[in-house]
Amino acid sequence: MSDEELRAAVAAGVLGAEESFQGLLQSVVEVARAIFRAQASSIFLLDEQTDELVFEAVAGEGADTLRGRRFPSSTGVAGWVLVARQPLVIENVGEDPRFAREAAESTGYVPKGLMAVPLLHEERALGVLEVLDRPQDARFSLAEIELLGLFASQAAIALDLLQRARRAQAAVQGSELAVVARIARALDEAPKGRQEAALRLLEAIDELLADRPEND
Amino acid sequence: MSADWPEQVTRDWAWGGATGAGVRVCILDSGIEAGHPLVGSVDRSVALTAEGDDVTVADDTEGDLCGHGTACAGIVRSLAPDCSISSVRVLGAGYTGSGSVLLAGLRWAIEQEYDVINMSLSTTKRQFASTLHELADSAYFRRTMLVASAHNMPVESYPWRFSSVISVGSHEEDDPFAYYYNPRPPVEFFARGLNLGVAWLGGGSLHVSGNSFATPHIAGICALVLSKHRDLTPFELKSVLYMTASNVGGGR
Repeated sequence: MSDEELRAAVAAGVLGAEESFQGLLQSVVEVARAIFRAQASSIFLLDEQTDELVFEAVAGEGADTLRGRRFPSSTGVAGWVLVARQPLVIENVGEDPRFAREAAESTGYVPKGLMAVPLLHEERALGVLEVLDRPQDARFSLAEIELLGLFASQAAIALDLLQRARRAQAAVQGSELAVVARIARALDEAPKGRQEAALRLLEAIDELLADRPEND
Repeated sequence: MSADWPEQVTRDWAWGGATGAGVRVCILDSGIEAGHPLVGSVDRSVALTAEGDDVTVADDTEGDLCGHGTACAGIVRSLAPDCSISSVRVLGAGYTGSGSVLLAGLRWAIEQEYDVINMSLSTTKRQFASTLHELADSAYFRRTMLVASAHNMPVESYPWRFSSVISVGSHEEDDPFAYYYNPRPPVEFFARGLNLGVAWLGGGSLHVSGNSFATPHIAGICALVLSKHRDLTPFELKSVLYMTASNVGGGR
């Protein structure tokens, strides 16, 4: 398959994929928040171009305001988790003014505690999953760290898919193939009657392009 | 083994009366906050920065960029109060350069001939694995004990999996001197890593959990043993830990 054919094939699957993967990430943070009975949960994606972490999905506290917010990729708790590839649990921040300020900057409010786990896919660290303010009454256990890790694996796969979709979309967009991608999606979504009519027209275009003599 | 080893290695023989004096411990992490009451004096602090492929080591003027390194230093200090603690900061150079900074930081620490290097960080990049392996082995032969956090996530990561380091996971008990040998490696020992109070930024403290806090417990105990038995090789030191583990001879 040539590059162009590949791009066209990818384009057909790419447009609209962003929304689906966003939905998947959102569902991961919603479920993480529910399982740990937490106040909030968020996923940060690493932007390798700018070396920053970006809020990609947020459930609970801060859900309306935080998406898209950025901060440096290798400072603070999330930065440490990303670089160290290790989960980190802060049970009780107590009276730590500097932590409170830093946390407020990266979460939009001051949590009492947080769990952060790296999103690792194959060799890459793609981002960080955080769960804020689980109930303080229950003593934290190793089983919960393990559960968080399992969750992170799922989120990492979703994040990987989202990044692939974005890369493919970027490759398609701006090129003359963008129109082909749009047609492919419209065709896919069209009602059956119109789909058949459009297909006949496309087949005619296909024929026209394929049969064109080389030197006319 | 040298002739003065007892018939039975006990905790009292291993570190009874020891304070860590004369042992140099290096914390390879996010930096250490100077003057934190739970950390005390820090002998030397350096930071690594990356400019493309060039990595530079310079005196650290920023301190701890997360709180984690200060926490680890505080744990080592609580177990081995008189040991010397130094900081090699490998955090803050950006994510992109973090792999090469980690390698360069470890290489630098090995060249400084620290007795114990605490490394709560790991990498998943396969391209770094062979260099890390060589570094871990060179530390082992130069009598530098590398103590590294194990990873309980479903990915391949390094350097904790190498047999020339001590790898540490967490148990759920409160005793900082409780540690268990794991007969099912690659994780070799479990130490305290759940619900513990640690030093954090701004002279403060907070409660944390994670393997990365179990690791400095073993590093601190290594410092104690080495301060009493200066000439132990990493192999002998690991053997002492095994024989004094809570589930082996340490309960006696």
